[in-house]
Amino acid sequence: MLPPNRQQLGLIKAGLFLLALIPLARLLWLGMHDDLGANPIEFIERSTGTWALVMLLVTLSFTPLRLLTGTAWPVQLRRMAGLFMFFYACLHITTYVWLDHWFDWPEIGKDIIKHPYVLVGFVAFVLSVPLALTSSNAMIKRLRQRWKTLHRLVYLVAIFAVLHFWWLVKKDITEPMLYALVLAALLAIRLVFSLRKRKGQMV
Amino acid sequence: MLIGKKSDITPSEITPQSVYQDRRQFIKAAGFGLLATAAAGYGLLPQHAWAAAEQRKKITGYAKTAYGADEKLTPYDDVTTYNNYYEFGTSKSDPEEHSKLFKPTPWSVAIEGEVKNPRTVNLEDLLKIAPLEERIYRMRCVEGWSMVIPWIGLPLAQLIKWAEPTANAKFVEFVTLEDSLRMPGARMPILDWPYTEGLRMDEAMNPLTILAVGLYGEVLPNQNGAPIRLVVPWKYGFKGAKAIVKIRFRETMPQTTWVKAGPREYGFYANVNPTVDHPRWTQASERRIGGSVFSPRIKTQMFNGYAEQVAHLYSGMDLRKNF
Repeated sequence: MLPPNRQQLGLIKAGLFLLALIPLARLLWLGMHDDLGANPIEFIERSTGTWALVMLLVTLSFTPLRLLTGTAWPVQLRRMAGLFMFFYACLHITTYVWLDHWFDWPEIGKDIIKHPYVLVGFVAFVLSVPLALTSSNAMIKRLRQRWKTLHRLVYLVAIFAVLHFWWLVKKDITEPMLYALVLAALLAIRLVFSLRKRKGQMV
Repeated sequence: MLIGKKSDITPSEITPQSVYQDRRQFIKAAGFGLLATAAAGYGLLPQHAWAAAEQRKKITGYAKTAYGADEKLTPYDDVTTYNNYYEFGTSKSDPEEHSKLFKPTPWSVAIEGEVKNPRTVNLEDLLKIAPLEERIYRMRCVEGWSMVIPWIGLPLAQLIKWAEPTANAKFVEFVTLEDSLRMPGARMPILDWPYTEGLRMDEAMNPLTILAVGLYGEVLPNQNGAPIRLVVPWKYGFKGAKAIVKIRFRETMPQTTWVKAGPREYGFYANVNPTVDHPRWTQASERRIGGSVFSPRIKTQMFNGYAEQVAHLYSGMDLRKNF
C-alpha cells in the first residue's frame, strides 16, 4: 500500500483529531443532559483517565506497527495521539483538583503522599509535562539526540499510568489487566526487535 | 389405560427448577426487555422504566420514626442504580441491570447454630415477628461515597429475641444466597461465595441495627438486596449483607467475605472512622450521592454520625487495630 500524499495525510489527521474529541463531546453531552449517573464526578474522573490511557497506548503502538508490518507513515500521527493523551490527562487531573477536591491543597498533598495509587498517577502526569512541552518541531531540532532520550520517559509514564489504574481497583482487576496486557505486548515487541537487531550487529 | 397416563417426567426434571418456576416471568421480562431496549434506544422510553413498573410494590402498614427525619434523602433513582452487589456484577450499574429476572419469592431464612430451636422461617412469618418501621439512615460506603436511604424493616434485636439464642451465642453470622444461575456475577470467582457477614452480639442487639425489606415505602428492589438485607448504619456499607438465607448464632467470630478477600484492607468491625484510612484511599471525607458536579465533598463523621448510640460498644478497644 502506498503511503498517503500530503493532502490525504491532512485528511487523516483531521479525522483522527475529530475522533479523539468524541470522548470529550460525549461527556459534555451527558453533562448537559444530567445523564452522568449517580456519581457524576467519579464518572468524569474515570472517563478522562481511561481515555488518557487509551491515547497513551495508541501513541505507543506506532513503532510496533512499523516493526511488524513495515508501514512507517502512521508514525506521523503519533504526536497528535500523544498530545491528546496529555489533553485527557489534564482534564483528568483538573477534575480531581477542582471538582473532586475543590482546590483543598493540604488535602490533595496528603492524598498524593499517603496513597500510592494517587502518587503514581501524579508522577505519570508530571513526567508527561516535559514531553508535551517539547513536542514541537522546533524543540525536536533544538534538542536533537537528547530529545530521543527525553521522550523515552513515555515508557515510565505508561507503566505508572497502568499501575495507577490497577491499584485503585477494589477487587475486580479485569479492566486494568487488559490495559497492562496491551502495554506489555507493545513493549515486548520493541524489546524483541531491539534484541534481534543487536544480535544482527554482533554477527 | 394409556390415554390418561401421566408422563413420568415432570417439567422440573428437564429444566432447572428456578428457570422453570420463573418461566412466565422470564418470557415476559425478555419480551419487555427487547421492546424496552428498542424503545429506549430511540428515546421513546426512559431506560429501565419498564423494569421499575414491573417490580415496584408499595408496602402498607409501617410506622414512621424520628430516625433521620431531618436528612435530605438521596433520590430513588440513585439509590437503585448505583449499587455494589458483586453477585450481579462488579460495576455500579450491573446490579440494577442484571437483577431484573431475579425473583426473591418464595423465600425462607434458616435460623441456625446456638439457638434453642433451630428452624427455618418463611419471609411472611418472619415479617410478623415485629411491626415494620421506617428508618432514615446515612449509608457510608468504604469506597468514599454515601447516601441517605429511607429503609423499611424490623429491628434485628426483635428477631434475635424471637430466635432465643443460647448463652454460647457471642456472634451472629449472616449467610446470603449463592445462586450462580440467577446471579450472573456469582459465576466469577471475584469473592469467596456465598457472601457472608457478621456482627458481635451487642452490635446485633443495638436498636439501630435492622433487617430491611423495603425502601422509599416500597418492597426492596432486587439490586438493593431483596427480599431481606442487613442495615448497620454506623458501619461501612459492605457489612449490609443482601438476600440473607441463613442467620447463624455462633460462639466464635465468623470469617467474613471482605476480610477473607483483603485482611489488610477490611476488618470484621468496619466501623466508619474518618481517622483510620483505607490503606489505599482516604476515609476522612466522602461524596454524597445525588449532588451536582459542583457539590463539594463532606467530612466523614465518626461512626457515621451515630457515635452517641454506639460508641460505648467499643470503649477500651483500639479502633486502629480493630478496623
